[in-house]
Amino acid sequence: MSSRDLILGRVRRALADVPRDDTPYEQAVERGYLREHGGRSVEQTVDLLAENLADYRAIVHRTDAEELPYLIMRLLAARGPQYVLVPPGLPPEWMSAADPTRVHDRAASTPHELDKVESVVTGCALAIAETGTLVLDGGPDQGRRRITLVPDHHICVVRVPDQVVSSVPQALERLDPTRPLTWISGPSATSDIELDRVEGVHGPRTLEVVLVSGE
Amino acid sequence: MSGGTFVGMPAFPKAAHEAVNNPTLRGNLRHATHTIRAKRAVAVAELDDWAALREAGKQIKDHTLRHLDRYLVQLEESVTAAGGIVHWAADADEANRIVADLVKMTGESEVVKVKSMATQEIGLNEALEAEGIHAYETDLAELIVQLGKDRPSHILVPAIHRNRGEIRDIFAREMGEWGRPAPEGLTDTPAELAEAARLHLRDKFLRAKVGISGANFMVAETGTLMVVESEGNGRMCLTLPETLISVVGIEKIVPTWQDLEVFLQTLPRSSTAERMNPYTSMWTGTTDADGPQTFHLVLIDNGRTDTLADEVGRQALRCIRCSACLNVCPVYERAGGHAYGSVYPGPIGAILSPQLRGTASEIDASLPYASSLCGACYEVCPVAIDIPEVLVHLRERIAEGGQATREGNKVVLKPAKGHAAERAAMRAARWAFSHPGALRTGQRLASRTRRFHPRSLPGPGKAWSDTRDLPTVPAEPFRDWWQRTHGGKDTDK
Ligand code: SF4
Repeated sequence: MSSRDLILGRVRRALADVPRDDTPYEQAVERGYLREHGGRSVEQTVDLLAENLADYRAIVHRTDAEELPYLIMRLLAARGPQYVLVPPGLPPEWMSAADPTRVHDRAASTPHELDKVESVVTGCALAIAETGTLVLDGGPDQGRRRITLVPDHHICVVRVPDQVVSSVPQALERLDPTRPLTWISGPSATSDIELDRVEGVHGPRTLEVVLVSGE
Repeated sequence: MSGGTFVGMPAFPKAAHEAVNNPTLRGNLRHATHTIRAKRAVAVAELDDWAALREAGKQIKDHTLRHLDRYLVQLEESVTAAGGIVHWAADADEANRIVADLVKMTGESEVVKVKSMATQEIGLNEALEAEGIHAYETDLAELIVQLGKDRPSHILVPAIHRNRGEIRDIFAREMGEWGRPAPEGLTDTPAELAEAARLHLRDKFLRAKVGISGANFMVAETGTLMVVESEGNGRMCLTLPETLISVVGIEKIVPTWQDLEVFLQTLPRSSTAERMNPYTSMWTGTTDADGPQTFHLVLIDNGRTDTLADEVGRQALRCIRCSACLNVCPVYERAGGHAYGSVYPGPIGAILSPQLRGTASEIDASLPYASSLCGACYEVCPVAIDIPEVLVHLRERIAEGGQATREGNKVVLKPAKGHAAERAAMRAARWAFSHPGALRTGQRLASRTRRFHPRSLPGPGKAWSDTRDLPTVPAEPFRDWWQRTHGGKDTDK
């Protein structure tokens, strides 16, 4: 007998005492919990996102479409990276004022090459206000999962209010499970040493989030 | 089962005795558990539907367990359709053999690992080592444990028993043996220690061709796997290698994508007391040009179907490994994780390990007694596992014998000789509670409140008490048990 059949057989025997129950799954579980916590205006939801991101030590900036290229330029200039990684579908105007050499996602093909890049600029799929979370789904303006992981500095642009949802349940509704998803809540962190929080063990040590309106 | 038992581990009483007499360990544990505990209460209080989330989590898991065969088959189909390859392992040996063969097929002799309880349970690192394959743990705490040639002592913060001075010494001494040495003049500040780990491990991530992980959840409907973490080492292992092997217990399934909305709210808040953990990765099979191009899922039984066969004990399979029950447990706080002699310490370990492994060994027979039955673990559990109920049930079975299932077969257990376990347990309790006075108030209050106000508790207990059922087995307060079994004689010290 294969282990598959062995295990499935054991499961069925183990459940011999359980009465047959063909309730469809939608009715089998009570979902008495909330879809969203508290009533907020759109503006308040965006404010909450900014607050929760900052609470988890992301650096939050707010701007509009017109100013965005200059803000990105300044953020990069402040760190002076030689190379900046960009995903293939990043709107070109976002980087139109920036000085450093742009490296495209595909060009940095090996992990070692990727490791030489200091900063990365991406968009996102959506952001969750209640938890201060950015969600990336590998869309054209976000690129592969690894590019937001290996460089030490990540600038992530969120279009507000379109890309902001209130809660985790609202986020899952809008996401496609067949895409690889990365949820980011603040920079990489560890509390393994006497529970002191230290930022950046492996992922980017600096996470800058730009909330851009009027895109 | 092999590997899973901590070979040479003394039974709980003896181990607990040693632990409570180690002031450094006790200090570290106390600081850690109290810190997390206080933060958690705040994080949970932020969600005023906590009780409903907890109830939904319980129901989702119970439903899944009741139809586990169906969901396992569905999961297999979804993962396969998404480009993954599914393997089934009845026990630890089979799982280890499958993983070792898969690694050998890649021609590699090094793998990077994300922290995973399932692979610890089956003793995967040791099994791979025996086949000439080096498995590098990449979670900072696991690295500390691995470099220190030590055992993890907590589900979430496995090196909780080490303080910064000890960690510095371990890094300075051992890192060079494994790869990039620690920087000269390394101090014991957490930031410097983390930096040393970053540099040491980055070398390994960048050249790794094979990654090994567990998973927090698997979605039957879509074939999606999910790993939650903080450091980014998980993301490194899940996305940089060419081959990914995930080793996951069969109970980790949820039926639908929507179900994640419950656990993504309860798991982070229960475990690290955060609104959300820094990184969550979800992948469904393989994706062109993004992440590993070969994905294997190894589904392990290893005692889970035996646990499922126990009508009272099967609820332990709802566990989402958040570790909240450890942090509130007065016994864990004093005895430390090592005393439990298994990868699952604390209250959940006390009910899960004897079910997964059986109660033939002294350590496993003593585990259900490693508790005061104060009920705090049940109160915090985000999937409402009635740990005291299962503890009492297992104690009964150890003391009086009875039916159980081992490797799929029904067996009748004989009563433990002369209640050896019970006697052992009393010794355990004596050491673990070497300051019973400090405990009295809290425990009495907890137990009494359970009885008098079962529908509503004041303060942070309120949320959970709103939807919970009356306990079927009332928890006996530790002091009462002590009085009853020990004639009120205080023989401590
Ligand atoms: S038993 Fe409950 S509280 Fe303990 S680790 Fe499991 S889910 Fe968390």
